[in-house]
Amino acid sequence: MRDIFRLSLILSTMRLATPLVLAALGGMFSERSGVINIALEGKMLAGAFTAAAVTYAADAKFGLGNASPWVGLLAAMAAGLFIAAIYAVTCIRFKADQVVSGAAINILMFGIPGFLSGAFFLSSGSTPQLPKEHLIPWTPIFIAFALVPISWYVMYRTPFGLRLRAVGEKPEAADAAGVSVKRIRYSGVLIAGALAGIGGAYLSIGQSSLFTRNMTSGRGFIALAALIFGKWKPFQTMLACLLFGFTEAVSYQMQGAVKLPSGEDIPVQFVQMVPYVLTIIVLAGFIGSSRPPHALGIPYQKEK
Amino acid sequence: MTKLLRDLLFPFIAVVAAFIVGGILILLVGDNPIVAYKLLLGSALSWPDGIGYTLFHATPLIFTGLAVLVGFRCGLFNIGAEGQLYIAAFATAWVGITFANQSAWLLVPMCFAAAILAGAFWGAIPGVLKARFGSHEVINTIMLNFIAIALVSYFTQYHYKEPGPILQTTQIGNGAHIAHLGKFIPGLPERIPLNIAFILALVACVLVYLFLWRTKWGYEIRATGSNPSAAEYGGISIRKQIVLAMAVSGALAGMVGINEVMGYRYRYYDGFSDNYGFTGIAVALLGRNHPVGVILSALLFAVLQHGGIYVDGFSEHVTKDIVQVLQGIIILFVAAEAFFRWLLGRPTLMQRLKV
Repeated sequence: MRDIFRLSLILSTMRLATPLVLAALGGMFSERSGVINIALEGKMLAGAFTAAAVTYAADAKFGLGNASPWVGLLAAMAAGLFIAAIYAVTCIRFKADQVVSGAAINILMFGIPGFLSGAFFLSSGSTPQLPKEHLIPWTPIFIAFALVPISWYVMYRTPFGLRLRAVGEKPEAADAAGVSVKRIRYSGVLIAGALAGIGGAYLSIGQSSLFTRNMTSGRGFIALAALIFGKWKPFQTMLACLLFGFTEAVSYQMQGAVKLPSGEDIPVQFVQMVPYVLTIIVLAGFIGSSRPPHALGIPYQKEK
Repeated sequence: MTKLLRDLLFPFIAVVAAFIVGGILILLVGDNPIVAYKLLLGSALSWPDGIGYTLFHATPLIFTGLAVLVGFRCGLFNIGAEGQLYIAAFATAWVGITFANQSAWLLVPMCFAAAILAGAFWGAIPGVLKARFGSHEVINTIMLNFIAIALVSYFTQYHYKEPGPILQTTQIGNGAHIAHLGKFIPGLPERIPLNIAFILALVACVLVYLFLWRTKWGYEIRATGSNPSAAEYGGISIRKQIVLAMAVSGALAGMVGINEVMGYRYRYYDGFSDNYGFTGIAVALLGRNHPVGVILSALLFAVLQHGGIYVDGFSEHVTKDIVQVLQGIIILFVAAEAFFRWLLGRPTLMQRLKV
């Protein structure tokens, strides 16, 4: 009995960590190139809504049957890319403040899904329920965890990764060495959009079977926290996501309060706080230091 | 005068552009934008309900807009107004419940102090973290928002909950109620929750102006914001300014608790904030980080918020989410000021203005 309980806890940790891993790895590519990504939440919302809406429409309107969730997944990536492209153009082309435009993207994406679902599905912010056979509960988990070593390889063993890190640390030097700062940053932000889009898709057509209003409920920010907690490195970030997924799994399974061996209860709210408190502590440098990329958040001004 | 006009021109362009983009979206989903905008904007101008509710909705936005403004002027981005106002609203209710039997002469100032001090405390935390450890206030304020919401939800659920299905505290004492403005203004019914807190918000605007532009502390905060290394060279302690600015910012956000708890619900209601803290960012940016601008843009967003209810009820496809959409587009346009510069091909126009 105890073992079954543990297995189910491990499984639900994996499942809950999956959207975090996807978004956090995406955020890593963006932030290591020097572009802050507080817009992960908005990109996940875009992915989650698009995946559910397109999966529904692909079957209902175009009769794609069991292929529809795959269309939905691709559409979610495209939606993430689209939002990321807007973000990239404002931040890189027009050198807008990255935090301000990130906040704008988030606010915008709180509204867009409700706005569109009100128009298309005449509902107040949710998409129609999808049948069980049109869900993809497992593939995104494999994608997420397979992407961890792949991201590591790309980041530390390819010329692209080297350039990305160089641009995030010392854009002037990278520029002088003939690397296009703009192009690298566009790539970083777009990768983040695509991955956060998949992460969002997993929420609506993997974990559940429809999009509901504000369904990410702060997961984009938890992913950001995991990225910082993981010191902007792929494997550490994955471990942070697993830890945060675990706290979420515990707070679900315990329903209300966690029993300590001594018989005392820990209210669920305190379990929910763990990721955020840990992030503040690690950012303050109490548990090893977590240092952001040097040029993070600074628009690059090419010297004339 | 030309300076003022130029200052107004840019936010005006951003708002108009956002409405055009929003109008295209409304067209795309199959409604008439003019009808939708009439519903959105027209309802706010009716007397007394439209104006009364718009001013009521503007109250928290003025406070959070000022909060974000004070942060910005010190070069800090306070995304944590949301958390600060939750902590403060709960603290206000806690004082109102715990000392319920005190007279209004004592209880009202105590509750005011609770809102302001609790907000200042929660705002000062990321300030101290930045001043002492150099950790970025954006990340810390985001994290503290979630911590604040969980914390007050815990206290509400486990210690002060009113029996029943709704997660809210018991009522505060009668002595902690502040009057609705309907009591003093003929023609404005008392059922409209516009209350004394609105007057406080206007007073806060004046005080913020005087503080930032007429006191030494305010000067030092602005000096830190515009050029930290020069300020430090000039003998200003940047660390002190960061903590001070964040505390003042948090205190202003905390005053939302006065409107909510003492003037409206007379209790703490879990999850009451309609993204006031985040809308405050839009309010401050659109208001060009000036108290007068904050009042104007808070009014604009309040009009939208109030009108959203009518859009929901009376149009076929468009929902109140359009308000959020417009807000997002407005900030995006304000942020990407260079976009308009590029579009208009007139580099001198907005060059002087900084976000």
